[in-house]
Amino acid sequence: MASAFPHRHLLGIEGLSPQDITALLDSSEAAIDVSRQVEKKKATLRGRTQINLFFEASTRTQSSFELAGKRLGADVMNMAVGASSVKKGETLIDTAMTLNAMRPDILVVRHHAAGAVALLAQKVECAVVNAGDGAHEHPTQALLDALTIRRHKGRLSGLVVAICGDIAHSRVARSNILLLAAMGARLRVVAPSTLLPAGIDRLGIDVFHSMREGLADADVVMMLRLQRERMNAAYVPSVREYFRFFGLDAEKLSWAKPDAIVMHPGPMNRGVEIDPMIADGVQSVIREQVEMGVAVRMAVLEALGEHLPNAWTTDMPSRLSVI
Amino acid sequence: MDRPLAFINARVVDPSRNLDENGAVLVAEGRILAAGADAANQGAPGGAEIVECRGAAILPGLVDMRVFVGEPGGEHRETLETASRAAAAGGVTAIITMPDTNPVIDDPALVDFVFRRARDTAVVRVHPMAAMTRGLSGEELSEFGLLKEAGAVAFTEGRRSLKSTKVMRNALTYARDFDALVVHHVEDEDLANGGVMNEGETATRLGLPGVPREAETIVLDRDIRLARMTGGRYHAAQISCEPAVAALRRAKLTGNGVTAGAAIAHLSLNENDIGAYRTFFKMSPPLRSEDDRQALVEALADGTIDVVCSAHDPQDVEGKRQPFAEAADGAVGLETMLAAGLRLVHSGDIPLSRLVDAMSTRPARLLGLEAGTLTPGAPADLIVVDLDRPWIVREEELQSRSRNTAFEGARMSGKVMRTVVAGRTVYEYAA
Repeated sequence: MASAFPHRHLLGIEGLSPQDITALLDSSEAAIDVSRQVEKKKATLRGRTQINLFFEASTRTQSSFELAGKRLGADVMNMAVGASSVKKGETLIDTAMTLNAMRPDILVVRHHAAGAVALLAQKVECAVVNAGDGAHEHPTQALLDALTIRRHKGRLSGLVVAICGDIAHSRVARSNILLLAAMGARLRVVAPSTLLPAGIDRLGIDVFHSMREGLADADVVMMLRLQRERMNAAYVPSVREYFRFFGLDAEKLSWAKPDAIVMHPGPMNRGVEIDPMIADGVQSVIREQVEMGVAVRMAVLEALGEHLPNAWTTDMPSRLSVI
Repeated sequence: MDRPLAFINARVVDPSRNLDENGAVLVAEGRILAAGADAANQGAPGGAEIVECRGAAILPGLVDMRVFVGEPGGEHRETLETASRAAAAGGVTAIITMPDTNPVIDDPALVDFVFRRARDTAVVRVHPMAAMTRGLSGEELSEFGLLKEAGAVAFTEGRRSLKSTKVMRNALTYARDFDALVVHHVEDEDLANGGVMNEGETATRLGLPGVPREAETIVLDRDIRLARMTGGRYHAAQISCEPAVAALRRAKLTGNGVTAGAAIAHLSLNENDIGAYRTFFKMSPPLRSEDDRQALVEALADGTIDVVCSAHDPQDVEGKRQPFAEAADGAVGLETMLAAGLRLVHSGDIPLSRLVDAMSTRPARLLGLEAGTLTPGAPADLIVVDLDRPWIVREEELQSRSRNTAFEGARMSGKVMRTVVAGRTVYEYAA
């Protein structure tokens, strides 16, 4: 496959063209098949070193990237930085320089500060994948969400997608808004006003403060995690009030289209933003999102791998196998 | 004793006398002998160095009301010496230093320390502001009377904003008895907490927490009421947004004696300059929208904003090479304040005399300094400025010990050619 992904890094959805997005989604489809085989290995990244650098713990995203890298044949190393050097006062730039000296080919980075991954990308020579930076972007999550939607609905364009919950603190929401808007979906956000960032109405989306209006005729209902710390900071008064008005239960879901799908980036707070019956119900595609996560990350790593210095040409692996 | 000076064929601008005319400036024994058209007919003092200005402007030296210096306690960022060299290069002949150093300038002995260090190392005049509360704790008042006697020109919490309305009331009330000026950073620390740039669409796109304009106006409104209630002299250190301009305009209509400043960065730049998380544009208050910037420029032109300051705030590389939200606030500005201000003059937004008034004459009057004027008999603190000379701001050419400028690579028109303090040339541009 010679699709040329024209970027050295994947730092966000911003800057990707609809063509870039479609190409990544198409190659993700192929990657699903690899993961469903008994022999799950490809050799695309054989000999390459991938470092997962997580300044913020995230078991699911990190394992998803780890599996993706390993299934492409890369040597994958996980570094939980929160535990070591940062605590000793090392700056982000120092960490970047140190890692750069170890000559990795791909860095997958999660950081609690918006813009930190882009800053790091300026200081290293390898390809960088943003695995989430503060409340800014989480591009692979948006791609896996799009892939899941496309497999169920056959398209993205024209779909009504309602993103519900803590938009203000969510990188998932931002990346999803950028991606789905670029692909022609009709976007809505539904949340109490305290959980909406200023100027959200100027991003070309419709803003709702009631689930009944926000979910009407929706094809996709995307729930976001509400962190319990938000209660202490006076964003919402209590779990029971939040669940009553913004938690997705059978009644609220009935306001959406009958064939609407229910999504959640995980980890879920059952009984806070989503009723367990719905999370495990027939309309839920939440577990499928996890599977798509590995596929999308394989597609991303593969696309960036093509730009690595001394990259295997596409015919190289077969020639090697002849030898 | 320094040689007398005779600046000839100059455009003499002295807002203290509403003067803007071609003429000469004569200096002897550290003071102005004459300045203006009539000075051209007067003979130069004996032995004077004749300076042919070729139409360049002579302005009273600038008085910068908001300068953060690292000395004492943060000399790796800036010392009084390096700050004064930066000041001289930027045409600033008097820097007003902030008390949030380590230790905090809240004791007459520490005011004296600043004066002594300045006397021994600085090339321009240095006037310290003292802390309004002891240790900048926001609780106990510092000794306004003794500090003022020691030479403190005003009282401020520096980068911090007083939370307690009661303490602010008492500070203003007590300050009135000593005719002391209270200078305040207007920001509701609760409302601004966690915010790192202007709240709005741009912050939302960048995923950064915002500081709403209301964080500024709530405190400014409170302070305006307290100033009216107490009769204390009050100056808002720097305002950044249109609603603050409106509040100030209303207060001035009612004859309330409040005054306010704006930093040159907020008059020149807006939130979009942050681009992809450029930390040199991170400051407090944050850069606001273009509408806010235009409202500030308009308010400067009509005098609602009294003073323009540099808000010079040197930060080392460690502080700035961080993710945006975690980077230090502040930018250096002594060397670019005048040139950036002249952009507003060249664009026709404000007259030159108003700019010089806001950067020199007004602050000198507010602080009770013998400065900001070219009146005969005044100290000869003046600058020669080639108003049209093009130059480019280069980080490596800055005199300041820290290089965190928001104007790197900016093309400027207007260069300080010579800076004179008390009749002595302390900076000369080597073309």
